[in-house]
Amino acid sequence: MSLNALNMRTDTDPMATANIAAKIRAVGVDVHYHDKQALFQVDLTIPANTVTALIGPSGCGKSTFLRCLNRMNDIIDGCRISGALTLDGRDLYAPDIDVVALRARVGMVFQKPNPFPKSIYENVAFGPHIHGLADDRAALDHIVETSLRRAGLFDEVSDRLHDTATSLSGGQQQRLCIARAIAVEPEVILMDEPCSALDPIATAKVEELIDELRQRYTIVIVTHSMQQAARVSQRTAFFHLGEVVEDGETAQIFTDPRDERTQAYITGRIG
Amino acid sequence: METEHIVKSFDEELQKLDNMVVEMGGLAEAQLADAIAALVRRDVALAARVVEQDRRIDAIEAEIHGFVLRLLATRQPVAVDLRIILASLKISSSLERIGDYAKNIAKRTTTIAKVPAMGGTAQSIARMTGVVQGMIKNVLDAYIGRDVDMAADVRARDEEVDQMHSGLFRELLTYMMEDPRNITPATHLLFTAKNAERIGDHVTGIAEQVHFMVAGELPGDLRRKGDTTSFAVVEAGELRDDG
Repeated sequence: MSLNALNMRTDTDPMATANIAAKIRAVGVDVHYHDKQALFQVDLTIPANTVTALIGPSGCGKSTFLRCLNRMNDIIDGCRISGALTLDGRDLYAPDIDVVALRARVGMVFQKPNPFPKSIYENVAFGPHIHGLADDRAALDHIVETSLRRAGLFDEVSDRLHDTATSLSGGQQQRLCIARAIAVEPEVILMDEPCSALDPIATAKVEELIDELRQRYTIVIVTHSMQQAARVSQRTAFFHLGEVVEDGETAQIFTDPRDERTQAYITGRIG
Repeated sequence: METEHIVKSFDEELQKLDNMVVEMGGLAEAQLADAIAALVRRDVALAARVVEQDRRIDAIEAEIHGFVLRLLATRQPVAVDLRIILASLKISSSLERIGDYAKNIAKRTTTIAKVPAMGGTAQSIARMTGVVQGMIKNVLDAYIGRDVDMAADVRARDEEVDQMHSGLFRELLTYMMEDPRNITPATHLLFTAKNAERIGDHVTGIAEQVHFMVAGELPGDLRRKGDTTSFAVVEAGELRDDG
């Protein structure tokens, strides 16, 4: 067998297909929290309609990087960001960027499901309502139903939309949070450990949802589970001590990592 | 047994693996059929085509190898999924060997066609290979249908192939003792018959993998062997009267 046949990059690597555009591009990004530097010269390109997984040990900077992408770090005291971060080629940190509008374009789902203590319906309707995406009640109903359907939750909750969201199971709450993120028609969805509080079946449902969502959205997911990164993503970036050690097609990272630090981390060896 | 996964793309990948194995098996079966047709008809052009086509089988094997590597790394398969993936990998190796044997038969055909035809041995080999081809077809059906009974049936039929091979072995030794000019074609035909017999063994191995895939263990019973060529001696007195 030729070694060439084992080279799996060509058919599925989105970066190998020239016509898929970079949705987000980071060049030379440094992040400091006061005197402590958290990210060092991070270069990373995130292609559109792709799931990109950020992996690495605790404190490696992957969540810090994720939070730069919708400027969640702005609210942290003493946080300084330098370098270039662009969304569709536009500087995310330009003075004229409306951060509220940006966070509608770049939605976020957190580790623990955090629905508002309101009804299922209101959880999804809140964002479109404040962003003025619906002219009347019928339009809002439509957005709520569509978002719940895309999140694979509608059939489970259609007869109790006005029950409180906290009555849902953990997995349902997490899919509700995804529906809530989708409702404001984002382009990018950031997920920070979205399954760490879920059981295997609920995890599988969220992973299947992520696979479907990438048809419409660009997804960046931070996960501690390397197995999950391998399952859900097409591209993986390995962060270590605030640097991107390696990024590439997920199958390549998990079958033939180029850097020995990546190899040590994903195989559970002492690096 | 295999209900759908929550993650649909995993089902699609397993389906793709099935398709690749079956495509490879179909090619191997066709290669064997063509190789034997070329042998019987002394068709050198067809034999050359069989030699050429073998690389298609090799290419699918390489593709399956890469795909399985990827599946193991990205899906972390367990239980029946893991068995299907491992069995498919081993089956692809067997099919690749079957393709090689078909190619070997075709290579010898180019030589055999250069010397005068010798009795009806090529037809005897074709009859034996007919059984082997049926086994390939059925073992692929057993693979797709996850059918342990059909796999067991395929394994049982290898005994018949072994017996036919033993008969051919004696027949060819007899030809050689009758007339030394037969030694060249008979030796090539001997290897050809051996190739077909080895294909039967590989099909049997595939049937065992199908059993493993479905039942979680290799079949426990010992298969009866009909091949007695290791002990065959032909004495001068056994030569035919007209010899």
